[in-house]
Amino acid sequence: MAADRAPATLTQATGATRGTVGESTLRPDGTLKVTGEFAYSSDLWHEDMLWGFTLRSPCAHAAIRSIDTAGALALPGVCAVMTHDDLPAGTHYGLEIHDQPVLAKDRVRFHGEPVAIVAADHPETARRAAARIKVEYEELPLVVDEATATAPDAPLLHPGRRDHHASHVPHPNIVHRQPVRRGDVAAARARADVVVRRDYEVGMQDQAFLGPESGLAVPAEDGGVDLYIATQWLHVDRDQLAPVLGLPADKVRLTLSGVGGAFGAREDLSMQAHACLLALRTGRPVKIVYNRYESFFGHVHRHPAKLTYEHGATRDGMLLYVQCRIVLDGGAYASSSPAVVGNAASLSIGPYVVENVDVEAIALYSNNPPCGAMRGFGAVQACFAYEAQMDAVAAELGLDPVEFRQRNAMSQGATMPTGQLVDSPAPVAELLRRVKALPMPPGRAWEAAGGPVDVRALPGGLSNTTHGEAVVRGVGYAVGIKNVGFSEGFDDYSTARIRLEVIGGEPVALVHTAMAEVGQGGVTVHAQIARTELGVDRVTLHPADTRVGSAGSTSASRQTYMTGGAVKHACEAVRAEVLRRGRERFGASRPAWAEPDRLRLEDGKVVTDGGEVIGDLAGILGEEAIDLEREFRHRPTEPFDLRTGQGFGHVQYSFCAHRAVVEVDTELGLVKVVELAAAQDVGKAINPLSVVGQIHGGSTQGLGLAVMEEIVVSRDGARVRNPSFTDYLIPTILDTPAMPVEVLELADDNAPYGLRGVGEAPTLSSTPAVVAAIRAATGLPLRRVPVRPEHLTGG
Amino acid sequence: MRVNMRVNGRPYEADDVWEGESLLYVLRERLGLPGSKNACEQGECGSCTVRLDGVPVCACLVAAGQAEGREVVTVEGLADHARQRSGEAAGTVRPGEPEEGHPETPGTPRQPEPTRPGQVAPLAPVQQAFIDAGAVQCGFCTPGLLVAADELLERNPDPSDADIREALSGNLCRCTGYEKILDAVRLAAARTGEAV
Repeated sequence: MAADRAPATLTQATGATRGTVGESTLRPDGTLKVTGEFAYSSDLWHEDMLWGFTLRSPCAHAAIRSIDTAGALALPGVCAVMTHDDLPAGTHYGLEIHDQPVLAKDRVRFHGEPVAIVAADHPETARRAAARIKVEYEELPLVVDEATATAPDAPLLHPGRRDHHASHVPHPNIVHRQPVRRGDVAAARARADVVVRRDYEVGMQDQAFLGPESGLAVPAEDGGVDLYIATQWLHVDRDQLAPVLGLPADKVRLTLSGVGGAFGAREDLSMQAHACLLALRTGRPVKIVYNRYESFFGHVHRHPAKLTYEHGATRDGMLLYVQCRIVLDGGAYASSSPAVVGNAASLSIGPYVVENVDVEAIALYSNNPPCGAMRGFGAVQACFAYEAQMDAVAAELGLDPVEFRQRNAMSQGATMPTGQLVDSPAPVAELLRRVKALPMPPGRAWEAAGGPVDVRALPGGLSNTTHGEAVVRGVGYAVGIKNVGFSEGFDDYSTARIRLEVIGGEPVALVHTAMAEVGQGGVTVHAQIARTELGVDRVTLHPADTRVGSAGSTSASRQTYMTGGAVKHACEAVRAEVLRRGRERFGASRPAWAEPDRLRLEDGKVVTDGGEVIGDLAGILGEEAIDLEREFRHRPTEPFDLRTGQGFGHVQYSFCAHRAVVEVDTELGLVKVVELAAAQDVGKAINPLSVVGQIHGGSTQGLGLAVMEEIVVSRDGARVRNPSFTDYLIPTILDTPAMPVEVLELADDNAPYGLRGVGEAPTLSSTPAVVAAIRAATGLPLRRVPVRPEHLTGG
Repeated sequence: MRVNMRVNGRPYEADDVWEGESLLYVLRERLGLPGSKNACEQGECGSCTVRLDGVPVCACLVAAGQAEGREVVTVEGLADHARQRSGEAAGTVRPGEPEEGHPETPGTPRQPEPTRPGQVAPLAPVQQAFIDAGAVQCGFCTPGLLVAADELLERNPDPSDADIREALSGNLCRCTGYEKILDAVRLAAARTGEAV
């Protein structure tokens, strides 16, 4: 049965497509994905495999008094039950701080924390066995917000913490704190004609990727383990796993299996360690697949945030200062909270020129669900607040909100509040101009046809709640700034191995990287880059695994830049070797070989800049393949000063602007987003079709945060109330409007091909644009997202 | 229990099925047809959409026993289903009969059809349109969307945008923002319309 799903024959992205850099090449994995043959991690199958299941804590904060596994072990079909006491080696892991237990020992810190794991012959047996494990909990006082976290008698979430942030935070329940200070805010305040100070709040958003956390761990004969896994970063998974399994890194081998979306949620470990532990314990392959309920507990979420902003401006519409404080709730474990704080702080005032800045961002430890990476990474929360402020200040000044933004917009040569020079194009005013210039969608489309009202186009849709009596329209604008790549001095690199050889008389390039393809289309652009650089038609992609050097994470909008850059870099080395061999063999007869800078590879041939063909790849390569590996690094960044936030912290910035048009039923509090237009600068569109797809997808996630998406955590028990797609709502095709997109290509000279990371920027500004449009339609202040019906009806 | 059903035109038999197993579990884990996806397993996302006697259903909400003796079409059978349908339209294939050249019929190799560069097997028009329009990103929602979209186009060969949105409103996608999915369904409708 299903032998083709055995990992040994796992193949991905092997379909052939054509196209070079700048073309809308189609996905190489498209055919497999539309026929149902693409092997996602939850599809894997192995003869003799067991199913794993995780027992999770029903309490958010409790001491564990006892765990009794006898009942589970007695169930027929159960092969192993493991608790903290059964761990063979390391007990904790984490991306930046190793503070997260593999299995809880004597204390649980959040609702859903893993307590025990089971392996059995049927998933239902594993579930039933877990239900028979008896755990005695004694509930402890909760930490749920800044006040309870920093109260004099607050329970410490991680007493005795010794991580590198511990020494500079004002309280041990604060993970990290980053101020940014520049200029003289007090003096600027004295000069301000208009001051606007307001509080904002952002709810906890979930990545809600569709492919559940899943993978298959196969014990190996050498005592190691092979893990087939959906992740965003194979090497960092391995580096966290090996100490937990008590194995050297080379005995923990990871291969990427099909990933059904990620959006940041797969940066942290979920079931990786549990599957490997059970496989090593039982000596049999173990598969774990979370159901949707468990998925909501199995990954980190976007940090909910409370933000206070004060803007001061002159009467003629120039910003004088910004003072703000951003409190992010990181939940029970650190995950990537320190980096999220750095982003929130450094990007907190948006793409505007402001001389005087006083910013503080912190992340809390609490008993809420752990939060970490999600598309936009700390910049989303800030953008919601600063864009609301820009509208508010413009209103105070009686200025058009777009005009006010344009007057203060940064451009190339501007200085960030961190003191960093913006040294590549920053077309903020232009992006706003472009979205504003787009034609408006027709008004009251539901009655436009002259026939009966088409309720499908109304707020509330087919529920037929209105015929348009109380529907009003509003338009809102927003723009945002996002960093690309890893920041603050992180040694960010990627590795690519390129093999060029002759197969069947034709030169073929094999691209081997550890890049996680999570849906973003990296596999497409890597093949485009290899075709462009090597002048070959046929490019094959090796499955991503840990047998090649790290590619870094598929996050921070960095993979086309970084792994794309590594592929380009390695191809250039291969090309140089081709030319060296050609010169050696044919140089004596053709003087053109002596000038390699004037040669290029095209259509399998070596061609001079004059168009003369002086050799062909197949002939030069013969039986001898060229196989080279190269690392690519972006220019170095530096950490932000811990007191002033000054420093060259980010490698590149990316900008997107949105215009939202909404219709609101003011009686029922229902919102219909009629259109969400975007304009984004991508530096260079390596694959225009994919670029637009990323902008659409990012915009839609921002729309979701604006009007529907929130993980609701009970205030009294810190328990998750809506862990299902029934209750956690993500936009459907009916909630998502037409999304015209304008793409600018203003090259960044520091980046490969001039490109600019695309994936995250559209997630920032769509949320404030939608909310601004709702404010414009209703006149309500709306300082919290998601906006709910009761916020619109005064209930 | 034992469950018999026809899936994508072929008879299947699954033994030792536990009464609580869903049709989705049996398809994926017992019949080796993992194309239908397990994204929410509570009927909210549509990733597991299959056709049961022609009607689109969430396979996760159908108990395996309910499928006894019935006809199931999954994404794996979509291309054959579409070819059979176009054959039916031309009057060459009787309903319920495998058409000539079906891969399960020994000795009658699949007839080669015109293919696009790099394409390995003939796809249903809606499948090719999803690839061409850029409607596939991570692809996890794609199988369910394809089954739902194909059924829509069978029912309504020239749907309006509102029709498409209504028909696909039970299928969640987290990557694409749906614009390119709309493009794909429009494209499939246009191509199918041209072919008739």
